[in-house]
Amino acid sequence: MNSTSDLQQQVRKVVEMKAIVKRFPGVLASDRVDFELQEGEIHALLGENGAGKSTLMNILAGLYKADSGSIKVNGKLVTFSSPKDAIAAGIGMIHQHFMLVPSQTVTENILLGLSKPRFIMDLKNYDQKIIELGEKFGLPVDPKAKIWQLSVGEQQRVEILKMLYRGANVLIMDEPTAVLAPQEIDILFSTLKNMVAMGKSVIFISHKLHEVQKISDRLTVLRKGKITAGGVSAEGKSRADLARLMVGREVIFSLDKKLSIPGKVVLRIEDVHCLNDKNLKALNGVEFEVRSGEIVGLAGVAGNGQKELADVLTGLRHCLEGKIIIQGENIANMDAKAGIRHGVSHIPEDRTHVGTAPNLSVTDNVIMKNYTKKPIARGWMLDNPSADKYARELKDLYDIVVPSVNTPVRLLSGGNLQRVILAREISSEPTFMVAMQPTRGLDVGAIEGVQKLLLLQRDAGAAILLISEELEELISLSDRIFVIYEGEIMGEVTDGDVEKIGLMMTGTRQEQLEKMEAQYEN
Amino acid sequence: MKTDSAGNLRRRTILPFRIKFEERISDVPKWYPFMISFGAVVVALLIGAIILLLGGGNPWLTYAHIARASFGSIGVFSDTLVKAIPLIFVGLACSVAFRMKLWNIGAEGQFFMGAFAASAVVLIPILPETAPKWLFIIVMAAAGMLGGALYGFIPGILKARFNVNEVISTLMLNYIAVAWNNYFIFAIWTEAGFQMTKVFPQNAWLPRLTDLGSEIPFFRGLTTHFGLVLAVIAAIIVWLILYKSRWGYEIRLIGDNPKAATYAGIPIKKHIVWVMMLSGALAGMAGMSEISGVVHRLQGAISPGYGFTGIIVAWLAKLNPFAVIFVSILFGALILAGREIQPSGVPKMIQGVILVCLIASDFLIRYRISIVRQGAEA
Amino acid sequence: MNLLIILQAGVATGTVLLFATLGGIFNERSGIMNLGLEGMMLIGAMTAFSVTAKTGLPWLGLVLAMLAAGLLSQIHAFITITLQADQVVSGLSLTFLGTGISLVFGEGLSKAGVISLLPVFSIPLLSQIPILGKIFFDNQSILVYLGYVMVPLCWWYINRTRPGLHLRAVGEYPAAADALGINVYGLRYFYVFVGGLFAGLSGATISLAISPGWFSELTTGGQGWIAIGLIIFSQWNPFRALFGAYVFGALRRLILDIQGPALLFGFANPFYYNPYYGFFLQMLPYAFTILVLVIGSKDAIRKRLGAPAALGIPYIRGQRGI
Repeated sequence: MNSTSDLQQQVRKVVEMKAIVKRFPGVLASDRVDFELQEGEIHALLGENGAGKSTLMNILAGLYKADSGSIKVNGKLVTFSSPKDAIAAGIGMIHQHFMLVPSQTVTENILLGLSKPRFIMDLKNYDQKIIELGEKFGLPVDPKAKIWQLSVGEQQRVEILKMLYRGANVLIMDEPTAVLAPQEIDILFSTLKNMVAMGKSVIFISHKLHEVQKISDRLTVLRKGKITAGGVSAEGKSRADLARLMVGREVIFSLDKKLSIPGKVVLRIEDVHCLNDKNLKALNGVEFEVRSGEIVGLAGVAGNGQKELADVLTGLRHCLEGKIIIQGENIANMDAKAGIRHGVSHIPEDRTHVGTAPNLSVTDNVIMKNYTKKPIARGWMLDNPSADKYARELKDLYDIVVPSVNTPVRLLSGGNLQRVILAREISSEPTFMVAMQPTRGLDVGAIEGVQKLLLLQRDAGAAILLISEELEELISLSDRIFVIYEGEIMGEVTDGDVEKIGLMMTGTRQEQLEKMEAQYEN
Repeated sequence: MKTDSAGNLRRRTILPFRIKFEERISDVPKWYPFMISFGAVVVALLIGAIILLLGGGNPWLTYAHIARASFGSIGVFSDTLVKAIPLIFVGLACSVAFRMKLWNIGAEGQFFMGAFAASAVVLIPILPETAPKWLFIIVMAAAGMLGGALYGFIPGILKARFNVNEVISTLMLNYIAVAWNNYFIFAIWTEAGFQMTKVFPQNAWLPRLTDLGSEIPFFRGLTTHFGLVLAVIAAIIVWLILYKSRWGYEIRLIGDNPKAATYAGIPIKKHIVWVMMLSGALAGMAGMSEISGVVHRLQGAISPGYGFTGIIVAWLAKLNPFAVIFVSILFGALILAGREIQPSGVPKMIQGVILVCLIASDFLIRYRISIVRQGAEA
Repeated sequence: MNLLIILQAGVATGTVLLFATLGGIFNERSGIMNLGLEGMMLIGAMTAFSVTAKTGLPWLGLVLAMLAAGLLSQIHAFITITLQADQVVSGLSLTFLGTGISLVFGEGLSKAGVISLLPVFSIPLLSQIPILGKIFFDNQSILVYLGYVMVPLCWWYINRTRPGLHLRAVGEYPAAADALGINVYGLRYFYVFVGGLFAGLSGATISLAISPGWFSELTTGGQGWIAIGLIIFSQWNPFRALFGAYVFGALRRLILDIQGPALLFGFANPFYYNPYYGFFLQMLPYAFTILVLVIGSKDAIRKRLGAPAALGIPYIRGQRGI
C-alpha cells in the first residue's frame, strides 16, 4: 500500500514462522512448516480439512504451543503461552466457531478479558466507543444487543471488532465464509480489502479455491501438515493448479452422474412449522416433495432452518403444524422409530454428538437402527455374536479402519467415524435418506467415496434430501435444489444457476426473481 | 478430537520437568482399570489413616480391628455376609441407574419403602400369621420390590415430565421416607409405646444357616440368610439385562449419549421411569431382606446408610453386577466392624475417602501420563 | 403461634440457606456444580463449633470454618477441573468425605456445653419500623445482617463488575474466555473456593448463631441439599435466592410452631392432638424443595432462562464446542 514501491524487499514482514512442528497423539499436524506474512496483504492459507491449517494458526494465535520451531513478529522473536500474549503482539484470530458469549452484550464481549475498565463496568461510555470503532472500519453493530439476538454476519462483525479494539494488526480468519451467504461474503471481502488498505494484514484460511483466487494477494498451501506452496502469488494460478497442490493429485471436478429417473413420491411435507432450541420460529410453512431415485438439494446459509428441518423429518423435533407424509403415513410428531420403520435414514450433521455413542463399541454403534430386528434381536435378548458378525461385515464393506469391532468409536478418526454412520444408514437400504453435510471434515478421497455412495443409493431407488452449505457439492450431486431462507422455501432451482441460488439464499423469492427477469427483458 | 489437555499445567515452568497428560488413543488392557481401582483403595486407606491420626485415633489398631472383626472367624465372616446382602441389592440398584447416567441417590429411601411395604404384609396384615413360609417370602419380596419401585417412580416421572434433577429429588425423598416410616413405627404399629413394631412371626423370617444347625452342626450360630441367594440371583438378572438384552443395550446407549439414543428412536423418558423403577425395586428388595432376614421387625434404625454405601459399591465395581458382590463383602466388613470403632464417623470417612480416590483415579484410565523434561520441548 | 415471630425466625434460619445458595451461585456461574454443599456445611459447622469451644473466640471459629470448607472444596475443584471427572459423582463423594471427617473430628463435641456465640443485636431506628422492623432488624444475629448486605453486593459483583463479567463468561463459554486470555481453570478453582467459603459460613451460621451446638449429621439435616434446590429455583440470581431462603426458613419455624396451639384458625389443631402428625410436617421442607424444582424447571423453560451454558461440562482446551 506504500504507493508504487517496486522494491519487494522493502515490504515489511509482519509474521515469520520457521520450522513449526506440532504433534498430536497419533498425528503429525504440522511438519516443519514455514510461513510468512507481509504487511498489508491478504494471505490465503489453503488446504484440505485436516491439512494442518487451523493447527498452524492456533499456534500463531497462542492457543497451542508448538513442539518446536520459532515465531517472529515484526522481526522480534516471540513465544506465546496464551492467546493473550498473541493479542498483545497484535495477532488476533477469528475462529470458525465464534468465540462470543451468547448471553452477554456486544460491548461486554468486546471488553472481555481486557484490563480496562478495571473493576466497575461503565458500559454506557464504552458502548459509544464501540460505535465509533465500528464506523471507522465500516462494521456497524448495536453495542447493546445480546449476541444471541444477532445474525451470523453480525456476530462475525463483532468478532472482527473485538480484535480491532485490542489493536490487532494481523487478523487470522478461520474459514470466515463457511457461514455466510454469497452476498454477505462480498460484503466481508470488501471489509477485508478496506482493512488491508488501512494497514492491517489478513490471513485467510480456506479450502474454497474460488474465494482464495478472488481475495488473496499471496497464498500458502498445506497438505498433510507439510507446505506444498509457500507464499506464492495468487495470480496466474488456475484452480486445477491449486487443487493439485492441495490434494497431491489431479482432481476431477465433475462427478460421473447418470440422469435420474424419479419414481413415485416418497416424502411429501405440507406446511411444516417448528421452533428451534431457543424457542424461536425455525420453520415457517415448508412444503415440498422428494421422489424415489432423485437427490434433492437444500441450499441455504447455516442457521436458516436446515438443521431443524432434518430433525423434524427424522422425528427428533416437535412440529407445531403440518404433515410429514412418508409412504402415505403422516409421521409428524412421532418419534424416530416411526421413521425408521418406514426406512428413513439420517446422516446427522453432528457426528460425535448425535450420530454415535462415543464410549460404545463399533458393534453397538452400527446396530443402533436394527437391534430390534432379527437376527440381532432374539426375542428380548440381543444376539451378541451375530451383532459382531454384522459389524465385521460392514467394517470390511465400508473400509472402516479399526483394530476390532469392540473398540469404542471415540478412538476412531473423523473419516472412519463418518464411515461407521454411513455403513449403518446405508446398509438399512433406506427408502428416504436425509443427509446433512455428509462430507464435512473429510479429505478429498473420502468425499468422493461418500458422494459415490449417495449416487449409488439414488440409482437404487432411494429418495435423498441432501442438506449442505457447500454449493458446489449441492449443484454437482443434486437433481434439483430448493433454497431455504429464515425457515421458508424461497424457490426451486433445476439448472444449478449459482447466482439465482445466491439471491434466494439472501431472501429473494423465486417469484420476485422472475418478475425482475421479466422487467429486465422488457 | 485433538486435545491439548496440558493447557492448565503448562504454566509450571519452575520445575525442571513437567507432567504431560495425553488422552489415550488406544484401548487399555482389561486388567488395567481393576489395578487402578485397587491402587485407589490402597491410597484411600493411607489417606484415611492420616485423617485418623490427625483426629487422635490409632489407624493401625483401627484397621486391624476392622479386619479381625469382620474376617477373623467363620462366625464374624457370616455376619459380614449379612451386612453385604443389602449392599449387593443397593449396589445393583445404583449400577443399573448409573449405567444410564441416572443419579439415583435415593436408594436409602427406596430401601426404607421396601422395608415398609414388606412389613405391611405382616402388620396390616395381608397374610395371616399362619401362612406358609414360602408364601410369606414371595409376597413380602413382591411387596418390598413394589414399594421400592413405586418410590423410584416418583423421581423418575418428575425427571421425565418436568426435568427435575433426580439427584435432589431422590435425596429429598430419602428424608421423606424416614419420616414416613417413623410415623408408622411411632403411631400405628408401635409395640407398647416403643419405637418399633412387634416381632414378625417365624414364618415371615428368611431362612438362616443356623436354622439348619440341627442337621449340619457347622452352620450352628451362623446368621447368613437366604437373602444372599436372592442377591446373587438378582446380580445374574441384572447382568443379563445390562449386557445380554435389548433393554440393556438401550440403557447403555442412553447412558453414553442420550442424543444418539433419541436419534435411534429410543423413548428416553419412558426408560427413565422404568430404570428408576427397576433401581427402586432392587433397593426395596434390600429393605425386605434386611427386615425379613435380620431385624424381623420394622424399626427406625434399620440402615447404617446402606443406600449411600451402595453408591460407592457400584462405583468401585465399575457398575459390573458380579463385581458388586465382592465389593459389597468388603464394605459389609467395614460397616460391621465400624459399629464398634471410635470415633463413630470412621466408616463414613473411609467410604468418603475411597470414593474421592476412585473418582480421581479414573483420570489414569482416560489419560496417559508421562513426565517430560522441560528442555525437551522448548 | 405468632406470624411475626415465625417470619423473624424464618429470616434467621433462612440465612443458613442463603449463604449456602449464594456460594452455590458463584461456583455454578463459573460452570462447576458442587453437590458437596452438605459436606462442606458440616465441616464448617463442626470447625466453627469446635474452635469456639476450645478458644472462646467465635470470630476465629467463623473464619476457620470458612477456610476449612474452602479447603475441602478444592478437592472437588481438583477432581472436576484438572482431572475432568463427573461433577455429580465428585460432589457426592465430597458430601461423604465432609460428613465423615466432621464426624471423626466432631466426636465428643456435642458434650462441649455452652459456648460464646456471635453477637445478636437490634438496629436502632430501623427496628422501630412497624412489622418489617420486627422481622428484619430486631434481635438478629450479626450474620443475618451480613446476609442483607451480601445479596445486593453479590448481584452487583456478578452483573456490574469486570470480575463478574469474566465469571459469567467462564460459565457460559469457557473457550471464548480462554481465547481472550482469561484463566478459565484458575477462575473455576477460585469460584469453587468461594463456594466453599460460603458453605463454611453457612455451616458456622448454624453452630454459632441460629441453632448453636453440634448434633453430628443432624446439625445440617439436609439443608445443603435444599440449598442446591434453591440454586436452581433462584435461577442463579442472588435476589431470588434471598426470597427462596427466607421462605424456607419461615417454613421450618412454622413446622415447629404449628404444633403449639390447641386451636388452629378456630378449628381443633390436629398437630396438637396427635403429635405423631409432626412426622408429616417434617416431610414438608423436603417435599417443598421438590415442588420448587418442578416450578423452577418449568419456569426456566418458559422464560428460556437456563443454567450457565457450560455448567457441569469440564473445559478441555482445544476441544471444540463449549
